[in-house]
Amino acid sequence: MGAQLAAVIGTGQTNHTAKRQDVSMAGLCREAIDRAMADAGTDWSDIDAVVLGKAPDLFEGVMMPELFLADALGATGKPLLRVHTAGSVGGSTGNVAASLVQSGVHRRVLAVAFEKQSESNAMWALSIMPPFHMPVGAGAGGYFAPHVRSYIRRSGAPNHIGAIVAAKDRRNGALNPYAHLKQPDITVESVQASPMLWDPIRYDETCPSSDGAAAVVIADEQTAKGRPAAWIHATAMRTEPTTFAGRDQVSPQAGKDAAAALWKQAGIKDPVSEVDVAEIYVPFSWFEPMWLENLGFTEEGQGWKFTEAGETAIGGRLPVNPSGGVLSSNPIGASGLLRYAEAAMQVLGRAGEHQVDGARVAVGHAYGGGSQYFSLWVVGSERPGAR
Amino acid sequence: MVTISSEPLSAPLNVGFDYTRSLGPVLGRFATGLRGHTIAGVRGSDGRVLVPPAEYDPVTAEKLTEFVDVGTEGVVQTWSWNAQPLDGQPLSHAFAWALVKLDGADTGLLHAVDAGSPDKMSTGMRVRVRWAAEPVGSIRDIECFEPLDAEPVERQPVVGDDVTMLTTPIHLRYDHTASPEESRYLRGLAEGKLLGQRCPACDKVYIPPRGSCPTDGVPTEDEVELPDHGVVTTFCVVNVPFLGQRIKPPYVAAYILLDGADIPFLHLVLGCDAAEVRMGMRVRAQWRPRDQWGTTLENIDHFEPSGEPDAPYESYAQHL
Repeated sequence: MGAQLAAVIGTGQTNHTAKRQDVSMAGLCREAIDRAMADAGTDWSDIDAVVLGKAPDLFEGVMMPELFLADALGATGKPLLRVHTAGSVGGSTGNVAASLVQSGVHRRVLAVAFEKQSESNAMWALSIMPPFHMPVGAGAGGYFAPHVRSYIRRSGAPNHIGAIVAAKDRRNGALNPYAHLKQPDITVESVQASPMLWDPIRYDETCPSSDGAAAVVIADEQTAKGRPAAWIHATAMRTEPTTFAGRDQVSPQAGKDAAAALWKQAGIKDPVSEVDVAEIYVPFSWFEPMWLENLGFTEEGQGWKFTEAGETAIGGRLPVNPSGGVLSSNPIGASGLLRYAEAAMQVLGRAGEHQVDGARVAVGHAYGGGSQYFSLWVVGSERPGAR
Repeated sequence: MVTISSEPLSAPLNVGFDYTRSLGPVLGRFATGLRGHTIAGVRGSDGRVLVPPAEYDPVTAEKLTEFVDVGTEGVVQTWSWNAQPLDGQPLSHAFAWALVKLDGADTGLLHAVDAGSPDKMSTGMRVRVRWAAEPVGSIRDIECFEPLDAEPVERQPVVGDDVTMLTTPIHLRYDHTASPEESRYLRGLAEGKLLGQRCPACDKVYIPPRGSCPTDGVPTEDEVELPDHGVVTTFCVVNVPFLGQRIKPPYVAAYILLDGADIPFLHLVLGCDAAEVRMGMRVRAQWRPRDQWGTTLENIDHFEPSGEPDAPYESYAQHL
C-alpha cells in the first residue's frame, strides 16, 4: 500500500456515567483529551490536526457540534474534521485519524469522540416516526432484538448465552476505573432474572446510557519510535444499505468484508490464535457470539460455543471486552473509539486491573446504524512485520 | 384500478425535544451572572476580554479561569435589520441583529437591538441591556439591547443558587415527502391494495417499492400486487415504554414477509398471546374499517394468526 507507519502514543477517557452534569460538552471532551495528551507526553503545539467523532446530532440537539467545540478541541488554525457513521463513529474516527498519518499528510493527529446522552434521550431520538409508516419502532433494542432472535434460531444457541456475556462484561467493568457500570457480583442467574425489555433482550443484557468521551493521539514513525507505542497494523471500514432483499441481518456482508480486509492487511491467517485480545462493539449481549462469527474468530454457528466455554473471559483463549465494553459504558459516539483505545492500552500494557497478560496484538471494532457500518483496527506492541 | 397521480404525497413531520445543557464552570458563571444583572467575560491568553466567556482559549486552547465583569452598555460593531422575525427570536417585532462590544470587553456579543426602525441603527451607536422580566439564568435574561435614548424599563435581578443547567427546547418542522413510487404504494393502501415492484435484473419484489433496486441500481417499474397474508420471519416483544411511543406496550413488533415479496416490513401482531408468536407463523392482515383508511400502512391495524401450519424455516431463512 505504501502507507507510512502510524502508532497510538496516548489514550484518554472520561469517567463515564449516566449524567456528567458538572461539565459542558466541551469540558467532557477535554477531560479525555487532557488525559490522552498527558499519556502521550505531547502538548498542543505537537498536534497537527483534530478529528472529532459524534453520533447523530439529534442526540444532543446541536447541529455540527465540531464548530462550537473548535476552541476546546485545540483546533484553532488547524484542520478539523468531523466524522459521522452512526454508532460506529468512534471507530471510523480512529481510522480517519490514522489515515491522515499513514498518508504522510500529518505527523500527529488527535482523535476525539464523545456523546453526552443526558442532554437528550437516545431512545426517543432513534424512534422518530415518519408519516405513512407503521409506528412500531422501539429504539436500538427494538431494532436489534428480532435479529438476535434470528441468530438464536439459526445457530441453535441455548438461551443463557446472552446472560453469560452480560455477566462477564459487567464483572470486567468492575475492574475498569472508568466504566459506567461496575457490577462485580452480577451472575448469569441474576441477568436471567432481570426484566425482559425487548424479548429476547433483557435489561441486564442492554448497554447503559452514558455521558463520556475518548481520545487518542496518533503519531508517525519518527515520533513513535523509541517510546511506548501501539503500532497500527491494519484498519478497515465497510458499509452496506440498511435493508435490501436477501440481506443477512445477523451476519452482514459488510462486516465479513471489513474483517477479511483487516486480516489480510495485518497478515493474520488465523485470527483466534494470532489475536491476544479483542474489544468488540457489543451493546446487547448476544452480539458477542454474533460478531465472533462475523469477524471470523469462529466458524458460523460456533460463536456461542466459544462464549459458553469461557474463552472470551479474561484468561480465556480470546478475551473479549476486558474493559467491560459497551455493556458497561455507552457514550454512543465515543464507544467505538473506546474499543480502539482499549485495544491500544492492552498492547501498551496500560490497562491496569483489566490487563490481559502478554497482550501483543489487539483488535478494536465498532458497528453502527442497522448493523451497516463497520470499523476495525489491529494494533500491536511491535511494528508491523516485526512479529 | 388504483388512481394514478403524479404528485408525491407529503405530510408534516414535527420533531421536538427539551434538551438539557449542563453548563460547566464557565458558562454556568455567565448564566448565573445574567440572572443577577451582571455580565461575565473571561480574559484570554492575549489579554483580551472575551464575552460571552470562552471555556478554552481560542489561541492556546488552555482552560480559561480569569473572569472579568463587563459593563451593561456597549457599542454596536455591526448590524443587520431583521424585518420579519421568526418564532422564538428575541423580539416578535422587527429588530436589528447586532454585535455589541460591551464596555470593558474586546469581542462582540450577538444579540437583538430594539431600535424600532433601521434608520435608528448605526455602527458605533451606543446601546444598553434591557433585562428580561423573569430572569432564569440564560442568554435570554438579556431581553435585548436598546438605544440609550429609549425609556428605561425597571427590571429586578434574581439572586439564588448557581445556575448549572439550562433547558433548550428545539423544534424542527419538516414536510416529509414520499417518493413517486412510495406515493403510488400509499395510494394503493388507501384502496386496500398492497403494491410492490419487481426488479427487472434480480426479480426481487420490494414492498414498499423503492423506485430502484438497492442491489442492482436499476429502475423498478414492474408493479406487483401482493396478498395481505404472509409469514412472520422474526420479531421481538416490546415491553419497554418510551417517550413518543404510539403503541402501548407490551406489543409484538414483527417482520412480516408477504407471500410473493422478497423483503419483510415491520408491523404489529395481535390476535394471540405474545408468547404464542413464533418465527414462521402464518399471519393475515386485519384491516381497519374502510372509512378510516388513508394513505398509510396503518390502514392495516395489525396482523393476526391465520391458523395455517407454520412455514418451514428454510422457506424464509434467507430473509433474516
